[in-house]
Amino acid sequence: MQSAPRPKPRQQNRTAYLFLLPWLIGFFCLALGPMLGSLYLSLTRYKLLTPPQWIGFGNYARIFGDDDLFYQSLGVTFRYVLYAVPLRLVFALLVALALNKGIRALGLYRTVYYIPSLLGGSVAISIVWRRVFDADGLLNQLLERIGVDGPAWIAHPDTILYTIVGLSVWQFGSAMVIFLAGLKQIPTDLYEASEVDGAGKIRQFFRITLPLLSPVLFFNLIMTIIGSFQVFTPAQVIGDGRGGPINATLFYTLYLYLKGFSFFDMGYAAALAWIMVLIIGAFTAVLFMTSRFWVFYGDGKEGG
Amino acid sequence: MRLKAGYGRIVRHAVIIAFGLVMMYPVLWMLFGSFKPNRLIFSDPGLWPKVWTLQHYADGWKGLQGVSFGRFFANSALISILAVLGNLASCSLAAFAFARLSFKLKKLWFALMLMTIMLPYHVTLVPQYILYNAFGWLNTYWPLVLPKWLATDSFFVLLMVQFIRGVPKELDESATIDGCGQAQIYARIIVPLLAPALLTTAIFTFIWTWDDFFSQMIYLNDIKLFTVQLGIRSMFDPTGESDWGALLAMSVLSLVPVMILFLSFQRHFVNGIATTGLK
Repeated sequence: MQSAPRPKPRQQNRTAYLFLLPWLIGFFCLALGPMLGSLYLSLTRYKLLTPPQWIGFGNYARIFGDDDLFYQSLGVTFRYVLYAVPLRLVFALLVALALNKGIRALGLYRTVYYIPSLLGGSVAISIVWRRVFDADGLLNQLLERIGVDGPAWIAHPDTILYTIVGLSVWQFGSAMVIFLAGLKQIPTDLYEASEVDGAGKIRQFFRITLPLLSPVLFFNLIMTIIGSFQVFTPAQVIGDGRGGPINATLFYTLYLYLKGFSFFDMGYAAALAWIMVLIIGAFTAVLFMTSRFWVFYGDGKEGG
Repeated sequence: MRLKAGYGRIVRHAVIIAFGLVMMYPVLWMLFGSFKPNRLIFSDPGLWPKVWTLQHYADGWKGLQGVSFGRFFANSALISILAVLGNLASCSLAAFAFARLSFKLKKLWFALMLMTIMLPYHVTLVPQYILYNAFGWLNTYWPLVLPKWLATDSFFVLLMVQFIRGVPKELDESATIDGCGQAQIYARIIVPLLAPALLTTAIFTFIWTWDDFFSQMIYLNDIKLFTVQLGIRSMFDPTGESDWGALLAMSVLSLVPVMILFLSFQRHFVNGIATTGLK
């Protein structure tokens, strides 16, 4: 008995590592290795043609001390995240609530509202978006009919960000589908019981729906924030591709791209990338830490 | 009472439909605009074209600098299909190991795999670029396809791990008694049962690769290698004159594969998003 099971784990070791081999290669060569590589490069001056030259924290000192464009791109991205994430989630939740109550043709409505999420990441939609909000674009043509003289949304640095926020909110469908699935899980007898106790709709929403939906909300919030920090295509296509007008579309990823792949200042770009990881990591960590105050993980069965 | 409830329902449907139309308006405008003569595309805010033309599709299909748009479609399709195959193979292999086999350091690898899900693409971008450059792989499809064959989309690994854990272990055990090795259990039992998760992976890998403008822009400069996204981006000149008709026509075509996928697997789509939180 002693000798029989022993060779088996060893054999499974070998089999398992064979199965895992592609992932292991990917992990070391395309994830861990490059991560450490970019950490090293962020401490060098490196322009691709000459070997990297160690400058310690020189890039970081330049970024924080002497780079207005860095602060500009950070500001643009933060403002975008600040507007787009709550708006998108509120829209998603409201529409999910409207669709939830055993409405007919739910499947059709869900499909229509989901389609923007499906298409929104493409270059084509960003181009159309630019046309919708251009000075002589669709929106202003409609506004003109009701006698309002719309501004040049795209050309003006104050308004172009809102059009990109709008594009993000337009894609609320995927979050909505997740909310709908979460709403389905809430037992209806909770509502019936509270109705007997005389609770109104608003009270029900805040006392039943929102707490029981909070894990889903938390998930949506994390995913939308991480995604929003990394937005690139609309910034590149709706703006002029270099951050204009007057750097109003200089999103962080676009700035990183320009530094690394237009100016080939790769050490600097690596430092920018690491700062971004730390920012996203900090946001995620703070959300996880605060989550125990507002996210309720009941196991559903103890319900009432 | 009943009448009032009926009104309420109608109003609610009306609001939902009206809102849906507003949402779809940009997409419909693009679709119908692609059939309008150039002089009407912007002057006529109505959706339905007064005059229909297919000229834009013919013009757009000619492409750029002597390279047909058909070439861009073929390129995008090639990259996306190779990416799908890569993700299906590599992620399911890794998921099988994580879900079914016991081996040394399993917990460590699993934790590291979970961590890479959250890892922003940009932090590995510069060294990856340098690596591919050193291999002479700039202006090839290797940088876009190879990562998928090495299971770097850990999200799908996790999706499959969870799915495999739901498959009864008795199936494996009886197969072992029948003399199957782990490779056969993987191929004959797990992979067929994994079909729904594989389908989700395939659909989303295809769409994400098809739309992946950022990496395509970084790694491809040669117009013969251009993808649909790059082709459309190059047709579009934000400062000067673009041939809007052709641009809209090709934009519409660029969305067709994604729409076909969506409409054919609609139910699967919604379930996939709802259970896994995919976008």
